[in-house]
Amino acid sequence: MPKDHGIGASQKRREDVRFLTGAGQYTDDINVHGQAYVYFLRSDVAHGKINSIDTAAASAMPGVVRIFTGADFEGVGGLPCGWQVTDKHGEAMKEPAHPVLAQGKVRHVGDPIAAVVADSLEQARNAAEAIDVDIEELPAVVDMKAALNAGATKVHDDLSDNLCYDWQFGTDTETVDAAFAAAAHVTKLELRNNRLVANPMEPRVALGEYNRAKDESTLYTTSQNPHVIRLLMGAFVLGIPEHKLRVVAPDVGGGFGTKIFHYAEEAFCTFASRKINRAVKWTSSRSEAFMSDAHGRDHVSTIELALDADNNFTALRTDTYANMGAYLSTFASCTPTWLHGTLMAGNYKTPAVQVNVKAVFTNTVPVDAYRGAGRPEATFQLERVIDKAARELGVDPIKLRRQNFITSFPYATPVAVEYDTGDYNATMDKMEELMDIPGFAARRAASEAKGKLRGLGINCFIEACGIAPSNLVGQLGARAGLYDAATVRVNATGSISVMVGAHSHGQGHETVFPQVVAEMLGIDESMIDIVHGDSSKIPFGMGTYGSRSLAVCGSAMVRATEKIINKAKKIAAHLMEASEADIELKDGQFSVAGTDKSVAWGDVTLAAYVPHNYPLEDIEPGLEETAFYDPANFTYPAGAYACEVEVDPDTGKVTIEKFVSADDFGNVVNPMIVEGQVHGGIAQGIGQALLENCAYDENGQLLSASYMDYAMPRASDLPHMANYTVDHSCQTPCTHNPLGVKGCGEAGAIGSPPTVVNAVLDALNSAGHKVAHIDMPVSPSRVWEAMNS
Amino acid sequence: MANVSMTVNGKTVSGEVKGNTLLVDFLRQNLHLTGTHVGCDTSQCGACNVSLNGDVVKSCTMFAAEADGADLTTIEGMANEDGSLGVIQAAFQEYHGLQCGFCTPGMVMAAQDLLKKNPKPTEAEVRHHLEGNICRCTGYHNIVKAIMAASGQDVGAIAAE
Repeated sequence: MPKDHGIGASQKRREDVRFLTGAGQYTDDINVHGQAYVYFLRSDVAHGKINSIDTAAASAMPGVVRIFTGADFEGVGGLPCGWQVTDKHGEAMKEPAHPVLAQGKVRHVGDPIAAVVADSLEQARNAAEAIDVDIEELPAVVDMKAALNAGATKVHDDLSDNLCYDWQFGTDTETVDAAFAAAAHVTKLELRNNRLVANPMEPRVALGEYNRAKDESTLYTTSQNPHVIRLLMGAFVLGIPEHKLRVVAPDVGGGFGTKIFHYAEEAFCTFASRKINRAVKWTSSRSEAFMSDAHGRDHVSTIELALDADNNFTALRTDTYANMGAYLSTFASCTPTWLHGTLMAGNYKTPAVQVNVKAVFTNTVPVDAYRGAGRPEATFQLERVIDKAARELGVDPIKLRRQNFITSFPYATPVAVEYDTGDYNATMDKMEELMDIPGFAARRAASEAKGKLRGLGINCFIEACGIAPSNLVGQLGARAGLYDAATVRVNATGSISVMVGAHSHGQGHETVFPQVVAEMLGIDESMIDIVHGDSSKIPFGMGTYGSRSLAVCGSAMVRATEKIINKAKKIAAHLMEASEADIELKDGQFSVAGTDKSVAWGDVTLAAYVPHNYPLEDIEPGLEETAFYDPANFTYPAGAYACEVEVDPDTGKVTIEKFVSADDFGNVVNPMIVEGQVHGGIAQGIGQALLENCAYDENGQLLSASYMDYAMPRASDLPHMANYTVDHSCQTPCTHNPLGVKGCGEAGAIGSPPTVVNAVLDALNSAGHKVAHIDMPVSPSRVWEAMNS
Repeated sequence: MANVSMTVNGKTVSGEVKGNTLLVDFLRQNLHLTGTHVGCDTSQCGACNVSLNGDVVKSCTMFAAEADGADLTTIEGMANEDGSLGVIQAAFQEYHGLQCGFCTPGMVMAAQDLLKKNPKPTEAEVRHHLEGNICRCTGYHNIVKAIMAASGQDVGAIAAE
């Protein structure tokens, strides 16, 4: 009988009621009396020198309040990068200025040139058309390798070139070279991890409000981490101290990483509202989102795998070019380095691993973390090259992986991280069972009878989640701590408000977090509410990304709840005139061990707030505790995925016929929600593999700036339910956080792209087409070309 | 400016609108019915779906003036009279057919349109019908389940086939 209560129960989500009835409150649903609207005039060229901006005519148009340009932001800070990467020569990365509005030059299509604030959005838009901007178009650099050629056009004139950093990590070159020289077989693969756009369905919105009498600013924004925005914008951009700046992220319609970052529009609305003493609102259109939301991925890599005569992996070397775009977004620098290089060992005991990354500025939208952030790029390279090696060697790809699995834990990889626990054979076993691998031959024959090719792709992955131990990431260049915080406020009648630093934008924290507290206290979840998303209501918090909410913030909540229990036991002991050491808490009752004496949860909470009979000399009244939790290590979810595709040889179209994921997330608090997270991640991964591509032309024009051009996965692109299983029954609990949880938000997006591509290549090669690789998206035209070239 | 009048969720409403005021802006800004969302600007995502005279339409792609005299239902009108969730809404909750909730109103409106016209759709028919609705969170799996369950079909049995 499945649990219906506490940890492990698939409780239905309480937040659903408001979303299903139109009663959610997203940022665009918030309006402030007297608000003005801003429209950003954005660059339509990828690179250009701004000779002049004439706003005279536009300023005289109806409803215009004020027009801002880069000149208004002189002396104001630029948008900061939160992570300093040190290159292989010991030099700090190049860190160009990132002004709120363009100053002197525009560096990508969409770079904001001017901001028109007017009484209505329509008036702002109309006036923007009347701004006379003289831009001298300059040659644009789009291709990363070309951007590094001597004499290439520079994105930033004050930098020596377009190289942000040249990073090397892992095993030393001499050792790696020796391993390759001694190898019985070397497999090499060049590949591209396609540029993507995260595309949460809610476009970004910012509403800045200023209270002049109190000198207080409030920013309502579509953010995954309101405190991080308060810190970055307050301290680095606008110089507003924390106690005068409130940041609210209400219901947020999806994030996937792209709503982590601090954006120009947030700073602008806050800044402008102070200047005009009136609230200023910006609502992104979807087209605007494509050219102003940070993009994801966009790596070009060469990976080489060395094997000995027994097919043991002996060394791995990768060289990656990582696109930064025109400016460094908030966490852009750490995605291709510390979130990518550290995972390059994967699930395997390869003794020598070296990762090289050149980060490159181009005249494109900034690139930053997108669901998985660095880990999908690492997994894609590794699992594609292993699959290629298996084909070259004529060995079973499952057997080759199993032979090289790490099987003993803890395991310190050559790329700095220590996996605390895992069982990669268990997830592989589960995948094989659910996939019915022995039945594949018959399914292939059935596909062939219909004139289709059928392929089976498999893939393993590991990720580092629960970001992150502050002292470690500090050494690696992080400019912030990555702990989280929770306050458990027990009210007089026993109901509880838990203020958490994590932010829910689809993950269901409002349902899941109370399950944990309810389990610990033995009370019903309905007595517990979660408060999040408002810097004035919660103590602090680093927000939600990197599958960290439950592992880090949930652990803070556990620690705070433990403090509550300790204090409540003292109160209970007093009420029952017993020793504190004898007090037990079970099912919401405090009892004295070995007696029939007990007091209820509500009696104790009431005593805390009405302390007439209370040990005031020993403890304070009230029942509220805060805990900050800084993780001791990352968590390491891992899994084995498999996919079967059909390929139409006439058109090259690929369809997903069967898909299985076997994940190890450690302990699971709400299985229904975990499975939903995996479904979503897999859909985004299948989207990357088959459909999605953010394309620029050679002049830096963004070709895919709407849903007419950027292929989002639709319901009919994904496998039918009878052929689709997501499993999380293999559980090796995390050893260092109190819940034993690892995080599940990104797994699907990391595990699925190589699975799909491996399946397509299996289909083609098994049918006699010698195709080593096809870059994503594996579109019909690319497949057809590969088959017919 | 023109005066428009229509029935929205059973109530007669009217307002002054400009000729170029979109129906979705009239709903969100004039009527404060903010459950209807705008997720794109090319009529692709379906977050703005409403029911107009019994057919689902994208309210970002018609003018408010075009809806003059029409009978509209928005997501705010989909619950039962006592405030409890309607059959489709309840199925979305039961089968976890939503995460961030932003596309959800449009999905519910699309689902009621489908089930009215095709009370027992196949899985392929459900997926095809959702062609005009984009969800980025759920991978559609549980949305499809929810819609089939709302039609009275045994999704557990279908998934086990």
